Amino acid sequence: MSRSGFAATLSRLLLQNRHGSRVLNHVGSLTAPRPFCSESDPRSRGRIKQALSGVSSFTPPANSSHDWVGPPDRMSNLRPIKYHIPEYESPLESRLRKLRQETEDWNHQFWTNQNISFSKEKEGFIYSCLKEKGLELRDEDGRKRTLSADEMAEFYKEFLNKNYQKHSVYNKEWYMRNFTITFLMGRVALLKTWRKLGWRQQDPKLK
Amino acid sequence: MQRWRPTACEEDRVKTRAFCRTIMYNSPCRKLTGLVGVSILQSLENAAQARLCSSNLVQLCRSSSSKWITFQHCNFLKRQYVTKTTEGCQRAKPKQEALTAPLVDRHPHLQDETVIRQVQQISAIDQHPSSVQSSKETLTQDTEGASSEEDPSTAQETRQWKEIKVMLGDLPGIYARLSKIRLTALVVMTASAGYAMAPVPFDPSCFLLASLGTGLASCAANSINQYFEVPFDSNMNRTKNRPLVRGQISPLHAVSFAAACAVPGITLLALTVNPLTGALGALNLFLYTCCYTPLKRLSITNTWVGAVVGAIPPVMGWTAATGSLDVGALLLGGILYSWQFPHFNALSWNLREDYSRGGYRMMSVTHPALCRRVALRHSLALIGLSALAPALDVTSWTFPLISLPINLYISYLGYSFYRDADRSSARKLFFCSLWHLPMLLLLMLTCKKSRVDEEDKSMAHS
Repeated sequence: MSRSGFAATLSRLLLQNRHGSRVLNHVGSLTAPRPFCSESDPRSRGRIKQALSGVSSFTPPANSSHDWVGPPDRMSNLRPIKYHIPEYESPLESRLRKLRQETEDWNHQFWTNQNISFSKEKEGFIYSCLKEKGLELRDEDGRKRTLSADEMAEFYKEFLNKNYQKHSVYNKEWYMRNFTITFLMGRVALLKTWRKLGWRQQDPKLK
Repeated sequence: MQRWRPTACEEDRVKTRAFCRTIMYNSPCRKLTGLVGVSILQSLENAAQARLCSSNLVQLCRSSSSKWITFQHCNFLKRQYVTKTTEGCQRAKPKQEALTAPLVDRHPHLQDETVIRQVQQISAIDQHPSSVQSSKETLTQDTEGASSEEDPSTAQETRQWKEIKVMLGDLPGIYARLSKIRLTALVVMTASAGYAMAPVPFDPSCFLLASLGTGLASCAANSINQYFEVPFDSNMNRTKNRPLVRGQISPLHAVSFAAACAVPGITLLALTVNPLTGALGALNLFLYTCCYTPLKRLSITNTWVGAVVGAIPPVMGWTAATGSLDVGALLLGGILYSWQFPHFNALSWNLREDYSRGGYRMMSVTHPALCRRVALRHSLALIGLSALAPALDVTSWTFPLISLPINLYISYLGYSFYRDADRSSARKLFFCSLWHLPMLLLLMLTCKKSRVDEEDKSMAHS
């Protein structure tokens, strides 16, 4: 990756400061009613609604000075983090926090889309296969019919190949964000250590 | 929407299952432990399930408000039934959690809003109605500022969110999981076998240093691998309990740990053993972190690169002993290289859904016929390589003979995997590979060409 490309992406990452809420841009199409979910409709609609609203309801205690990590999100399987904002947050720390939040939102959006489209397409594939065979979606006992592993393998291969470009782009972006975040975390850690050492040196002078 | 967090007894079950799953599916995780894990998994799960059902029901009745109980109760029973029927299928279901307690799942966003409003309005916690208190104990504790006490009936809610504060006591466990300690142990085992097979006097200190250096390099490689793969690991059942995925440590911490292992490890190998071993260790670390890990998502050639990564440790063990890259070292590497294919291809056969969804390019998904062919080809190659061992003066001629039964067996399983291409043949081949490798290495050690005989011969000639 060229330096100018890296710098451009880095500046884009750092200037695009989004706030804490997750805004899912591409999930709008999911509100179209479609029986893609195997579970009952109210539950699936509840999940989509939650994904669209995207706001986590947990508030960390006021006296905590650490970040808090939550349970895995149902759509993206990624764990949300509530970042602690210290009283005297330096610009560097602010940059890091906003980058991490933005990366989290971006990851959440990607994987939510990925998982939802996988589910949808899988259901569609099963439905069309069963239709070809002349079978209904559910058998006599009311249970859903499933296809054999060989039949599903066709779908898995097709899905993987179809998403190759998307994954390729995602991977590059993810690696860059990961490196940037880690680099900034290192700088912040050094800054904090410097501060602590600085304070300790000042104390004897004050005494 | 908050995902369910396990209760105390469920935690046991989940831990047991995770432990057994790690044994069974950790690639390349080997053997006897895997078999034992499989056999105890079912019995433990059955026992745990019974406890779990009863405890869930008790909790449900105790803590839910009356209007919840009818809807929740029905769902609870439905989930139990659905879970049991699908339990044996081993399909990776990313969204459906097996045996989840239904207590807080159903409309958490609604109850969250209710609770938030109430918490903001009312300062004294004990004025809250019991339903709110039971549903979001976390928030009540937040406003009180206390985080240590946990009401047993609401333990699972409080456990949903965790402070990212690393306790020293947790670190060994976290580091063990970060470095994939079992896999590292197996890698060190193959390196030790390489050292032991080398035709030189056994030097215990050099042996220990080489093993330690290899172990540290392996820890570093595994940590970096996990550091790169956080979002992908979150989405696969096999890997979702890793420390970085769970947020137990920060990425910087993981990278620092990797650096703290890699630098002493490679330096140890390069300075105290010999530079060749150090170079091989560094090469292996580079191949695994910078070639194999990114390639997993780009091309199926990752499997071949991964096989080379698995083959290098015994070569390192050999070069640690002799200081040079002999044909014996290459033969050992070749055996490990060939072994990787039946092992990994069989494992990946049953994970096709997760790989497809997660974007991993594996032969089992994109080129299934090639996957089976390669597995068979390399299981047969093991017979050939075992026969080559005495020809290269690594072992005596008894080795190909006594290793023939196990090599034929794995080849037979490879053939049935090639022919049938179903879940059960893949599982059989995978589990066979787990015990096949240590057995083969053990037999090789017992048939090692004795140096005493060679010295006598040379003396007799002179």
